[in-house]
Amino acid sequence: MVQSRETMIEVTDVTKFYGPIKAVDSLSFRLERGEVLGFLGPNGAGKTTTMKILTCYMPPTTGRATVKGKDVFRDALEVRSLIGYLPENAPLYHDMTAREYLRFIAEMRQIDTRDIVRRIKHVTRTCGLDGVLDRMIGTLSKGYRQRVGLAQAMIHDPEILILDEPTSGLDPNQIVEMRNLIKEIGKRKTVILSTHNLSEVQASATRVLIIHRGKIVTDASTDQIQKTRGRNRYEVVLAAEDGSREELRKALRGIDEVEKVDAIDVKEEDVWSFEILGKTDADLRRPIFKFAVDGGHTLLELKPEKASLESVFMELTRE
Amino acid sequence: MQRTISIAKREFFAYFNSPIAYIVLTVFLLAVGILFFIMSGFFIVNEATMRGFFNAFHHPMFPVFPLFAAAVTMRLIAEEKRQGTFEILVTLPVRDVEIILGKYLAALMFLAAVLILTLGYPITVSLAADMDWGPILGGYMGLLLLGASYLAIGLLASSLTEHQVIAFFSAIVISFSFYYVSYSSAFLPASIASFVQYMSFTYHFNNLSRGVVDSRDVLFFLSIIVAALAGATLALKARKWR
Repeated sequence: MVQSRETMIEVTDVTKFYGPIKAVDSLSFRLERGEVLGFLGPNGAGKTTTMKILTCYMPPTTGRATVKGKDVFRDALEVRSLIGYLPENAPLYHDMTAREYLRFIAEMRQIDTRDIVRRIKHVTRTCGLDGVLDRMIGTLSKGYRQRVGLAQAMIHDPEILILDEPTSGLDPNQIVEMRNLIKEIGKRKTVILSTHNLSEVQASATRVLIIHRGKIVTDASTDQIQKTRGRNRYEVVLAAEDGSREELRKALRGIDEVEKVDAIDVKEEDVWSFEILGKTDADLRRPIFKFAVDGGHTLLELKPEKASLESVFMELTRE
Repeated sequence: MQRTISIAKREFFAYFNSPIAYIVLTVFLLAVGILFFIMSGFFIVNEATMRGFFNAFHHPMFPVFPLFAAAVTMRLIAEEKRQGTFEILVTLPVRDVEIILGKYLAALMFLAAVLILTLGYPITVSLAADMDWGPILGGYMGLLLLGASYLAIGLLASSLTEHQVIAFFSAIVISFSFYYVSYSSAFLPASIASFVQYMSFTYHFNNLSRGVVDSRDVLFFLSIIVAALAGATLALKARKWR
């Protein structure tokens, strides 16, 4: 696939106030064609607000956001036709069948009458809606409603998709299906996907933007984030020759590249367990082994733990 | 324009997807019938006149028309806001004014359908005796304009809240003030009284239902409609205030 470097979305110094509350705080980022951005943050971090600004639901208080160079406030109608948007909880008209609903959205998007049937057929296949098209949306399960919501967002074959928590409220099977769907769609489109589910980002995004209290705390590719932010953690169990637990802890702390050592209670006598956190992602297995040998301790266990996105997220957004 | 029609079509069919439309329709037709044949003393007057029929729509004791309009319009915007469907609607490439006009058009079509059903009453009466159709034409024009004004007020009320019940009652409060204001003119000094009378729906409607179609009365109702719809559009735009 040809990856032309084309800026699809550019957010420059965007701030949004709700009355006195600052929901988004001078946010800036840029999204290139073909990227799948996982927009991550705790509840109330400003994810939905940012999405509402990008979809021209409301303008930012200050700052500027553009989609393919078009301003979300001044050229709102053009921007809206470039974007497909699935708001949180997929709010749809429950008193229509899925087919009627998709037809309505297609009409609103001014899709040529002759193309509407073809487009509906296409999104039905892509989103797996076969068999439920003629059922009232109100009677569909949450998973199918979410799919109708996605189909609605894709009916005009937009270049950009903005999905606000597309998997919230789904059961584990539906979550996996939705993820695969997004992954598939992400091959051809630029996608922003908000979630507070981390494995979802790992599964479908190429890039992660973590925001906390309206500010960006991390902006990196999914692999990168684990490499650079992911400091390694080791669980070490030692049978000590002599000395107290505290002395041993201090000694471990003396190893190069060790940031922190926590003692963990162990039931066995003369056996101590520690959790060691490295300063960087440097491999500490050898230094730890050497430490044990030099001190005459017996190394019973050495278990490295690669930092998950989860721990990175928790570390970055801790209150 | 195409989008306005798409919205109108959706809303109009949505009326018939819920039982509320049928209930409102039935109650309204019954109420008008009762008010016309019984309360206005149609059989006592013993005359083929439809004066009582038009008065039945805005009987001071049972103002069914404002109630009807408030019930028909209350969910139009408020329900979209409450359900969140509003967010999809306004992020489609559609202008706020197109949304308001589409919703309004749907309510107007519903009103027109109801008025067509009420034609049964004058037709029944005309079977019994010769009737002057002039006032009836004027009367229906008055009903359409009066109803359209109530609907515009109802839509405005619906655009200001996300609760149907609040929309319903605020529509009624506004409609009633335009309706009952004429009764206060008796207590007011002449200079204010004439202004108050001019603002009264009753005054303009009575002019029309007498069969005198005066452009001033038509213009009055049209300005009310335009003002209310502009207000509703503004209410949608309020989300964009920084």
